[in-house]
Amino acid sequence: MATSTPTRDAYAPPPGGSPHAPARSGRQTWRSRLWRFDDKASPYAYIAPFFLVFGAFGLYPLLYTGWIALHRVEMTGLNQMEWVGWENFDKILHDAEFWTAVANTFLIGVMSTVPQLLVALGLAHLLNYRLRASTFWRTVVLTPYATSVASAALVFALVFRADGGLLNWLLHFVGLGDTNWANGHWTSKIAISVIVIWRWTGYNALIYLAAMQAVPADLYEAASLDGASRWQQFRKVTIPSLRPTILFTIVISTIGSMQLFGEPLLLEGGRLGATGGNENQYETLSVYLYNYGWNLGHLGPAAAVAWAMLALLLIIAAVNWLVGRFVRKSAV
Amino acid sequence: MRITRTVVAGRRRRAAVLATTGLTIPALLLTGCSSDSDTSGSTGPDANGNITLTVADFGQFGYKEAGLFAKYHELHPNITVKEDVTADEKIYYPKLLQQLNSGSGLADVQGIEVGRIKEITDTKADSFVDLGKVIDVGDWVSWKAKQATAPSGAVIGAGTDIGPMSLCYNTDLFKKAGLPTDRAEVAKKVAGGWEDYLKLGEEYKKKAPAGTYFMDSASAMFNAVVSSNAKQYYDESGKPVYKESPSVQQGWNLAAEVASKKLSQGLAQFDTNTWVPALRKGTIATVACPAWMAGQISANAGEGNKGKWDITTAPGATAANWGGSFLAVPKSGKNVEEAGKLVKWLTAPEQQAAVFKAIGVFPSNKGAYDLPDVKNAKLPYFNDAPIGQIYADEAKSIPEAVLGPKDGVIKDTISTQITNMEQRGTSPDKAWKAATDAIDKAIG
Repeated sequence: MATSTPTRDAYAPPPGGSPHAPARSGRQTWRSRLWRFDDKASPYAYIAPFFLVFGAFGLYPLLYTGWIALHRVEMTGLNQMEWVGWENFDKILHDAEFWTAVANTFLIGVMSTVPQLLVALGLAHLLNYRLRASTFWRTVVLTPYATSVASAALVFALVFRADGGLLNWLLHFVGLGDTNWANGHWTSKIAISVIVIWRWTGYNALIYLAAMQAVPADLYEAASLDGASRWQQFRKVTIPSLRPTILFTIVISTIGSMQLFGEPLLLEGGRLGATGGNENQYETLSVYLYNYGWNLGHLGPAAAVAWAMLALLLIIAAVNWLVGRFVRKSAV
Repeated sequence: MRITRTVVAGRRRRAAVLATTGLTIPALLLTGCSSDSDTSGSTGPDANGNITLTVADFGQFGYKEAGLFAKYHELHPNITVKEDVTADEKIYYPKLLQQLNSGSGLADVQGIEVGRIKEITDTKADSFVDLGKVIDVGDWVSWKAKQATAPSGAVIGAGTDIGPMSLCYNTDLFKKAGLPTDRAEVAKKVAGGWEDYLKLGEEYKKKAPAGTYFMDSASAMFNAVVSSNAKQYYDESGKPVYKESPSVQQGWNLAAEVASKKLSQGLAQFDTNTWVPALRKGTIATVACPAWMAGQISANAGEGNKGKWDITTAPGATAANWGGSFLAVPKSGKNVEEAGKLVKWLTAPEQQAAVFKAIGVFPSNKGAYDLPDVKNAKLPYFNDAPIGQIYADEAKSIPEAVLGPKDGVIKDTISTQITNMEQRGTSPDKAWKAATDAIDKAIG
């Protein structure tokens, strides 16, 4: 996109301010200087609003959180900050619950991201066929994304209820149905993953669909002339063309699953939701942060958790980048 | 398949956009509705001198049920009272702290739960009006007034109610298990204390109807044991001593015994998915029963179980107190004086008696105990149990408990682990370690 946009240089007169140029009237040099200044500066002016907003609502809170992470700050006295250095980080790194939360976040992240992206790919492929009322299907696929986390989580909480839940009711027809979904270590993670998958699959499917439609049709024609089956076309043409998009969705889903909060908080709700279950079996890092800061009222360690989450994300991003580079190299 | 598509793409795409917007916008609107309009804060009088007082509270204070705000408006036509209720106190309290920190958004009157009052008097007393000049502290049961007194001597909260504990039992199930159903006889069986209560439980279990349990939750019993003692989780100097506290140890050991002998159903109290259906199905024989709990039982067990329940004195010689709240007036309010008058009126004997009549929370104002609405109160749902009498008697023997700033969190954390012992069969040692780890984090 950037290369196709003509800059003013392309049709502007040659720079008049150069020292070798013959002297012109002062007014003209001033104008051409202004012209050049406008050329150089206005792009910055156009992007400035984003950076101003980001600075006020992104960067400043980020740095201030880091500052708080080095202090003892209580919910009951925000104006009293006592310097403690690395103590808060030390505290959370030695807390077994923190590592439980890390493990849960990763497990739920994998359990929700992998099926979600696979299903999205399949859905996108189906939507790419000529269908009756294709717009309707595309809209339907996107609707879960448009519902709020809270309402989705509350409805699924009813589905996964131990006593009289919809799922247990269905399972009892096949002789199962005594599962206390929220109580089990695996079942609770499955329940949360299902909510996440339900909400985000359609969103990813539409992104894939958009990318699929950008794949040149002649590639498929050539492939079918060579006798490639539908499945072979999908594997050898569609997937390689979608690689950058797949990487993008992986990055977005990873960030999303690191921040997973509403679904675990509301699966059981109340006291149990705030600690991620009675044995922290589905406590994610965000829930741990929330509990530390808002229920227990210790904002220092909570801020430290926030920074630990940032560090984890950076590590994941680095791994992602390395894997992406490896994949790109091996594909060539 | 791709070439033919482009022919109709133009029209189709427009339809897609229309359909997508058509479907998404209502969804966004629906989700947008949940954001509340922020009208709960304190505002000054309008041009005509009319005042709107805001009362922020949680759970069920019963003022609306008893029609007290409407009555206050009748008595003072220029004053309208608006209540802003947060259902869950666990959500209400952090919000209150945030508002106290920022000094904005506070209502004219704020409710404070007993598990939090110590933290508020310790750290936030400066933000509240000294009600000692408005109300007569001597009217309250002595320990209630003491709880709301800050180190400086300022009284920052007026007690709304207390939770003297009795024992609710299902006479139907008692009969089937061959136990006495008469109030006095049941009281005699458990008079020796909570150990006797467990013995009665074992007796019940021998002949219990299938699928029924002696109690709903061992954590409720734990809470009852601890709160019938003066020394609970903290000592007088404010140091947390819950690990050595005799009452905590006694309660914990009894709870572990209940779990291993399976005397309880292991439910989380108030859980609408498990506890409420259990009451409706009638699988629970006894519930440790503060005054407000009786209301919970009758509401949740429903008309079908009317007359199957009764109330008697709780085990042991000293009664427990469970719950109870305060009303406080933030200094930052615009109508501090009028708010103080409202609090005084709401916590006066007549009004507390009206609330007791409406939703069954027991008055903290001693003056209310002699009013006929309280003194002669009987609950038809519970075989006409003379609750006014029972709870007033219990209230006399409640010890002057030493409170701590994190009482609420400690109680909740231990409750979670007791439920784990009941539901998951977690060993008492492992559960205790998990509880102490979590509590040390909360206190630290």
